[in-house]
Amino acid sequence: MSILFDKDSRVIVQGMTGAEGSYHTPRMIESGTRVVGGVTPGKGGQTFNGLPIFDTVAQAKAETGANASCIFVPPAGAAEAIMEAAEAGIPLVVILTEFVPVLDTARAMTYLKEHPTTVIGPNCPGLATPGAGKVGIMPYHIFKEGRVGFVSRSGTLTYEVVSLLTEAGLGQSSCIGIGGDPIIGTTFIDILRLFEADPDTDAVVMCGEIGGSDEEDAAAYAATMTKPVIGFISGRTAPPGKRMGHAGAIVSGTTGTAQGKVEALQRAHVPVAETIFEIPNLVKQALAAR
Amino acid sequence: MKIHEYQAKEILRRFGVPVQPGKIATTADEAEAIAAEFGVPVVVKAQVYVGGRGKAGGVKLAQTPAETREVAGRILGMDIKGLTVEKVLVTPALDIKEEYYLGVILDRASQTPVVLVSAAGGIDIEEVAATAPEKIIRFPIDMRWSLLQMDARQLLARAGVPSVVVAKGGAILSQLARAFIESDATLAEINPLALTPDGKVIAADAKIIIDDNALPRQKEYASWAEPEEANPLEYEAKAEGLTYVKLDGDVGVIGNGAGLVMTTLDMVARAGGKPANFLDIGGGAKAEVMKKALLFVARDPQVKGIVVNIFGGITRGEEVARGIIMAQQELPKGMPIVARLAGTGEAEGRALLANAGLNWGSDMRDACQKIVAEIAAKGN
Repeated sequence: MSILFDKDSRVIVQGMTGAEGSYHTPRMIESGTRVVGGVTPGKGGQTFNGLPIFDTVAQAKAETGANASCIFVPPAGAAEAIMEAAEAGIPLVVILTEFVPVLDTARAMTYLKEHPTTVIGPNCPGLATPGAGKVGIMPYHIFKEGRVGFVSRSGTLTYEVVSLLTEAGLGQSSCIGIGGDPIIGTTFIDILRLFEADPDTDAVVMCGEIGGSDEEDAAAYAATMTKPVIGFISGRTAPPGKRMGHAGAIVSGTTGTAQGKVEALQRAHVPVAETIFEIPNLVKQALAAR
Repeated sequence: MKIHEYQAKEILRRFGVPVQPGKIATTADEAEAIAAEFGVPVVVKAQVYVGGRGKAGGVKLAQTPAETREVAGRILGMDIKGLTVEKVLVTPALDIKEEYYLGVILDRASQTPVVLVSAAGGIDIEEVAATAPEKIIRFPIDMRWSLLQMDARQLLARAGVPSVVVAKGGAILSQLARAFIESDATLAEINPLALTPDGKVIAADAKIIIDDNALPRQKEYASWAEPEEANPLEYEAKAEGLTYVKLDGDVGVIGNGAGLVMTTLDMVARAGGKPANFLDIGGGAKAEVMKKALLFVARDPQVKGIVVNIFGGITRGEEVARGIIMAQQELPKGMPIVARLAGTGEAEGRALLANAGLNWGSDMRDACQKIVAEIAAKGN
């Protein structure tokens, strides 16, 4: 019915009592997510919104049986929060935190090579499975249950495109925001593999942007998939050498250009939308052609 | 954050990498005195945040202190790719026999920094990467122990450099990797690494970029921040907490979220306009932030109109609308603004805009087309 997250997922929130965590935790619960507790060192034994707070992730996992963690910890401690969750054996970690020093992320990813934990983020809006709930900050009302998978590097652009899909009657199986940083835990190709294997996903929309070569790598894989992929690339007007908001969104020399990504997708026979408004029709055409 | 060559060399010197001695001059007199102190010949190098300084005439050899004065006088104040040269590095000229390239960059695929080594130095590494990628040797750094000297030596040996460079360069490359990690860099390059006729191996030029996200813990480097002359607005935006990038068109663009703003720029271009800037107000912005953003964008004299594109989640439409109305009284008279609000507070926001006689777009495309049309109508 989905990838990474479903009705049976049991979520803890690291940094639940902070400004971000305390605002978004109740909204996750409203969306249907089974939030089973939180972690704030020094507040172990207290409760928040009726949920137990623990000092460590290991305690939280032992007491609640959590199998996913949502991290709102501020940048300085964010990478260690990922490592703590992995060390405790949490299989899915979604880290929302923006402004994490990139070498901290690199350290956490090195640590994770020896732990079977999937990390989404950092600097991402999280993920949602319509009908099951969300982990992160996406506005849940825009979603509709259905069979289109969605993956993007951006937050608000995701909401924009998902809204267009929903308006067009195209519901979503799962929607993943992988994040805008130069080093992230899970890339497009990883998500495409999961959607390809998911029996309840029929097609995938992938919204990429300038910087790096994840879209090119994903294009090569998309060419081998049994399910259609529809692409969109933002930043066609971005000049080289300028960071467009996201730390990872920068064209350096000839690598990471929108043009190069569009061409790589087209070579892989992935239809690329010129504007986001074309996406729903391209999805419908691809589904009709199956 | 970009830093200058002399600052990058200072970092490398602290990590034990051999660099040429040198001093900074801001006047021709100072440059002459430095040449006299070090002995001639010297090289006078413009310190600006762009590549290609040599080709632009910003790097010159001087044979006497008097010539140093004359050369420095010409380079200081020179315009290089829109940047005014305010400082020059005066450094003893180096007799170079061979040049190599050493670099460290971030690699998304391996999720770590990677070392790049090439026996073809002194050139544009991106050009080599594009035309002869086999001439570049790549190796991932293990964040647990950085780059071991034995690995560094093997990389240099594979690159085919002379054995004196394998030995001395191995230590330099290992220290370059350490400098990269400990200074929280996102790029560190020695280009060229020079071999002199008497067998010295020296970093003749260096470039380092520091991760903005790490500046809170890299306080010394944070204190090195300087306004880029070509983009004084970008420097001021940072101080104001705005994510702003100056572009060269006339349509101001403001939105929430990097991907959405980038997509809005593309949409302005499709509507036949040219974006003047990128400005992301982030999540949950209040009316005051919206007002500040509008006034900031309007400070760019090229801006003839502004489009605001907000998808409300934690950002509320009525806050955005109130910010636009507040800003309007202080904006240049007749400056067209078209707002597009969706999501949380959309109806309330539109009602506020309508009451204030302001224009809005039904969606992103409509808003972009409207602002481009309004600017064109004003121009006629």
